[in-house]
Amino acid sequence: MKPGPDSRLILALTGFLAAVSALAIGLGETSLSSTQYHQAFIDMSSAPAQILWFIRAPRAVAAALVGSALGLAGAVMQGLLRNPLADPGVLGVSATSALGAALVIALGLAATPWAVQIAALGGALVAGVLLTLLAARLAEPQTLILFGVALSSLGGAATALVFNLSPSPVATAEILSWLLGSVANRDWLAVGVAAVPAVAGAVLCLWSAQALRMLTLGEETAALSGLRMASLRAAAVAGAALLTGAAVALAGVIGFVGLAAPHLVRGRVSDDPARTLIPSTIVGAILLVAADLAARMIPSSEELKLGVVTALFGAPLFAMVSWRAARSWRG
Amino acid sequence: MTEALTLIEASVTLGGHLALDRVSLTVRGGEVLGVLGANGGGKTTLLRAALGLARLTSGEARLGGLPVGSLNEFRRASLAAYLPQERRVGWNLPAWSVAALGLPHLSPAKARAKALSALAEVGLAALAERGVMDMSGGERARVLLARLITTGAPLLVADEPAAGLDPDAQLQVMELLRSRAAKGSAVVVSLHDLTLAARGCDRLAILAAGQLVALGPPEQALSPDILRQAFGLDGGLIPTRFGSVIAATRVAKEANPDNPGRVNDQLA
Repeated sequence: MKPGPDSRLILALTGFLAAVSALAIGLGETSLSSTQYHQAFIDMSSAPAQILWFIRAPRAVAAALVGSALGLAGAVMQGLLRNPLADPGVLGVSATSALGAALVIALGLAATPWAVQIAALGGALVAGVLLTLLAARLAEPQTLILFGVALSSLGGAATALVFNLSPSPVATAEILSWLLGSVANRDWLAVGVAAVPAVAGAVLCLWSAQALRMLTLGEETAALSGLRMASLRAAAVAGAALLTGAAVALAGVIGFVGLAAPHLVRGRVSDDPARTLIPSTIVGAILLVAADLAARMIPSSEELKLGVVTALFGAPLFAMVSWRAARSWRG
Repeated sequence: MTEALTLIEASVTLGGHLALDRVSLTVRGGEVLGVLGANGGGKTTLLRAALGLARLTSGEARLGGLPVGSLNEFRRASLAAYLPQERRVGWNLPAWSVAALGLPHLSPAKARAKALSALAEVGLAALAERGVMDMSGGERARVLLARLITTGAPLLVADEPAAGLDPDAQLQVMELLRSRAAKGSAVVVSLHDLTLAARGCDRLAILAAGQLVALGPPEQALSPDILRQAFGLDGGLIPTRFGSVIAATRVAKEANPDNPGRVNDQLA
């Protein structure tokens, strides 16, 4: 509603994202000299250019894409469910997406190009279609949450079963690696493919922005607001499912970003669920690019998994968010 | 004047029981209709049915003379606005932003201007930037009322807008609704306070167990017979120099062997 301050915030966050991304591309396990940095800019076939533009850059952009998808999906979920503790996982989309990936890995198809990604996206879409149909028919967020919790539990249990019955230790290790989340070794093609459902999801989510703001006053007020709530609610759910599916397909399961990103910007946009969307998208990207940089740079015998880093930093933030949310529960 | 709201033999069944039983009434612009009844009497169901939020099992509901089921979202919102009983606000939006939610199709700048004007009308111009969760219950109720006003709808429906407010805030809410009626809106308001209803409404619809047992001016609708039938009260409307008040005592419904003939006095 206030284009001035929002534009300034978005600009500042974009600048910050650019700076973090530049760091993520510039820094890495292989340290480069200033001559090598210079070479990377003038000779694309040189080794430094390969490292910067075909290893680190797609990885940083993958992290940014996944983070922004989760940040936006989280903001939409919180607005839709009027719940500050909602995140992209709350509707079970992450769980069914992970199940799709785990199944394909257990079936020995992990080496088949795109099989895991397609399965992950497919799992997300199955949940997304079910949830979208439900969201269009039922106005009560409680029903959607309960259905999501059931779907999440079922997805989790089925993934555990796949894990349990996994034929080889290699497959087990691969499933576990997938569940912990990572953007290591992602190339430009993988990023481009994941960007398609992510952009579609983002369009749907941004279209539903006004409905999210209206839902601040509850379903009945929204129903008589003149907005096409059934369509907008369905668009929000479908959009969040596409975003989550794209994120899981590209990087596996990554928690807390979707929960944390909206809360980090909420105070700057007067708590407005519609104005939270774009800043949450950028903050999600910043968080994940920074987390991936940390995962690469923290000295350890083996590179830390992205999902582990986000959870380690996210859990304390979750406690802080709960503390803040108590105010709205009292209200 | 066009009928803002019409119910014709409207019935609603909720959870297997008849929550609204063949209710017929009409509300026109310029009047305030109070909907009264004991808890569970069907007040909220009547309001929701009239707005198309509760499905009718039989009968018909019309807004602006048109069947409510035939209206799309935009048309329905142009004919009626609703302030539900639930006053929980999901996020701590500034008051002006909440009031502006009454006009989702307007440009942000115009919606803000209208919202500020409505906030001034409810006496909250100075608190326009304050978050609604940082306000008192009475202030928040008035912000939500401002949202109702900004819609500019010809029919304003408010479900217990005065519940839980102190006497001054209750009177303010009624005065605001009356001022909208004076400007031509039709106002339908459900209330628990019989005295407030008698003083603030042109006509009253009294519900008991889903049935409309009285419809008319307060002195007629709040007759001793109706008070007994709908509320289980012995009493009546008494004129005073401050306006009419209801004085009543509770009717002992049945003999209680542990406490025979116990009657609680009550000034409703």
